Amino acid sequence: MQRVLIIGATSAIAEATARIYAERGSRLHLVARTPARLDTIVEDLRIRGAADVGRDALDINDLDRHQTVLDSAWTALGDVDVVLIAHGTLPDQKACEASVDTAMAEFATNATSTLALLTLLANRMEAAGRGTIVVISSVAGDRGRASNYLYGSAKAAVSTFLGGLRQRLSKRGVDVVTIKPGFVDTPMTRDFKKGALWAKPEAVAAGIVKAADKGKPVAYLPWFWFIIMTIIRSVPEFIFKRVSL
Amino acid sequence: MAAAGRSWGRYPITRETVLHLSDRHAPLPVGSQPMLPLGNARSYGDSCLNDGGILLAARGLDHFMAFDPATGVLTCEAGVLFSEILDLVVPQGWFLPVTPGTRFVTVGGAIGNDVHGKNHHRAGSFGHHVLAFELLRTDGSRLLCSPDENPEWFDATIGGLGLTGVVTWATIQLRRVAGPWMSTESHRFANLDAFFDLSRASDRDYEYTVSWIDCAARGKALGRGLFSRGNHAPASPDRRPAASSRHLSMPMTPPISLVNPLSLRAFNQLYYHRQRKPVVHATTHYEPFFYPLDGIAQWNRMYGPRGFLQYQCVVPPEASEVTMAELVRTIAEGGGGSFLAVLKQFGERPSRGLLSFPRPGATLALDFPNGGAPTFALLDRLDAIVDGVGGAVYPAKDARMSGERFRRYFPRWESFTRFIDPGMSSSFWRRVME
Repeated sequence: MQRVLIIGATSAIAEATARIYAERGSRLHLVARTPARLDTIVEDLRIRGAADVGRDALDINDLDRHQTVLDSAWTALGDVDVVLIAHGTLPDQKACEASVDTAMAEFATNATSTLALLTLLANRMEAAGRGTIVVISSVAGDRGRASNYLYGSAKAAVSTFLGGLRQRLSKRGVDVVTIKPGFVDTPMTRDFKKGALWAKPEAVAAGIVKAADKGKPVAYLPWFWFIIMTIIRSVPEFIFKRVSL
Repeated sequence: MAAAGRSWGRYPITRETVLHLSDRHAPLPVGSQPMLPLGNARSYGDSCLNDGGILLAARGLDHFMAFDPATGVLTCEAGVLFSEILDLVVPQGWFLPVTPGTRFVTVGGAIGNDVHGKNHHRAGSFGHHVLAFELLRTDGSRLLCSPDENPEWFDATIGGLGLTGVVTWATIQLRRVAGPWMSTESHRFANLDAFFDLSRASDRDYEYTVSWIDCAARGKALGRGLFSRGNHAPASPDRRPAASSRHLSMPMTPPISLVNPLSLRAFNQLYYHRQRKPVVHATTHYEPFFYPLDGIAQWNRMYGPRGFLQYQCVVPPEASEVTMAELVRTIAEGGGGSFLAVLKQFGERPSRGLLSFPRPGATLALDFPNGGAPTFALLDRLDAIVDGVGGAVYPAKDARMSGERFRRYFPRWESFTRFIDPGMSSSFWRRVME
């Protein structure tokens, strides 16, 4: 039986992932900002087959509370096999350009808080000498684009941090998995016009669990984003700067 | 966000603002235009559309709330799909009490249309198995409805086409089964008379009965087809079949309908003669038995960009045999009609809903490629026959019946109107109230 800790458990992708673990009979511990929303999810996961579901409330930007929240997660689960970090926002790029406060706040939520949490987690998992850390980054972190470079730079920081952490922990028996979803049809992207490239959270969740099971270093979800991003990354800057993306 | 609304028949095409519901505790969004709750948009016509208005998309209300494996009582949010319920409960020895021919409908949609299935002669319609639900109105009030509490709201909402408010969650009574397997029989029958004989002989011993009929056959073969009947099988059937998991899909909409008089005759001939023996026994998984078309994702696209019109009517028992013959003859002469024309006899159990469709008699369902005026004229001819004998047409499948006829088909419509939420409306409702 797997013991799974999920941070940002009310996000659509995290919830779809939790359902897969629940159907496997896993023990789950969910952390999110809004406890009321967690009640609904906890009950649902129990019915779907989770062995047990615990919960905790955390404002991810309250870095001082990270240690406490992790301690109680470890107490609740006994030991942790998989940690999924899934919290995040989709910042309004224009608002981030207009206000330093907004830009820094969004960067804190999408990057700084994750790096802080990973620092604590890494030491704990390193000491245990086993486990899997799975973090939802984004294809947006692969290259800066005018339409969302604040979000992109935060995800780039997360992806790069994870690359280093993976090297460090690979010698200690801990897998670090970077998830790079493309466009996913979730409440976070509700106002976007959807096309053929859009994936359902359930499909992305299945990819996450598969990557976690295998300890795959980097997973583009769906897979075709690997090809798209390889092309986008290969465009020289002098051309890329004139492209509107 | 404004988006092109499409029902399963892909006709008509409307425009509405789609707002997503994801928290059953949250109040409904405030809007100046009329709203309509939307499940999985599997209704065929315009009863799940709201042109120029707001659709409250409820698929995000998809949480299970309580399930007791000892009693089979399930409580879940209204956006949960029947397919999700089956995945959860079949391994624990339970099954849906009533299911339509697709498992991709929501619980809320099943209540709003008071759906029926192959076991209507035994189990009645879905509303008979709903123990309670919560109704959220646009004024913010919440009504707990059950046969004992607010029973008048309960009866208005069952079959109420979403017009009484949003069902946020519901409690239903499931049915015990030993496993996922079905013992089935398929009987070839030569004409409509043979169908009625088989149906009468089967209803007592078989929980599920339904027939496919060849709607292109005429003369002595009028109404020939295959009669399918079955029961849930014991835990380990003698012959364990392989679970078929075909996953086909119509990847695109062809430029013209693939269903035309030529392909239709050919298909019906082949389908009828595919079964060589007069009777075939089988043990199958419940999926192909209940949901043959769910194996082909988006099969509705085969009718091309103009979509199709589904037609389902019921005619009273005393007029069944003569009227069915007249309907089938009219369809065969019209040269339209579908690959899958379905015929069944409903049971006697009165439906609860003020606007429920199921009632005693024989029901015929089939689809017609949208061929414009001639198709509409044919459907009007069918309506005249149904109306003439005091039958009814199913709103969940309709995009064109006249208001005058609707009001005769559903004589309790006037008592229903006082339960309509003033903030709710639909394309269907505006059309039949004109």
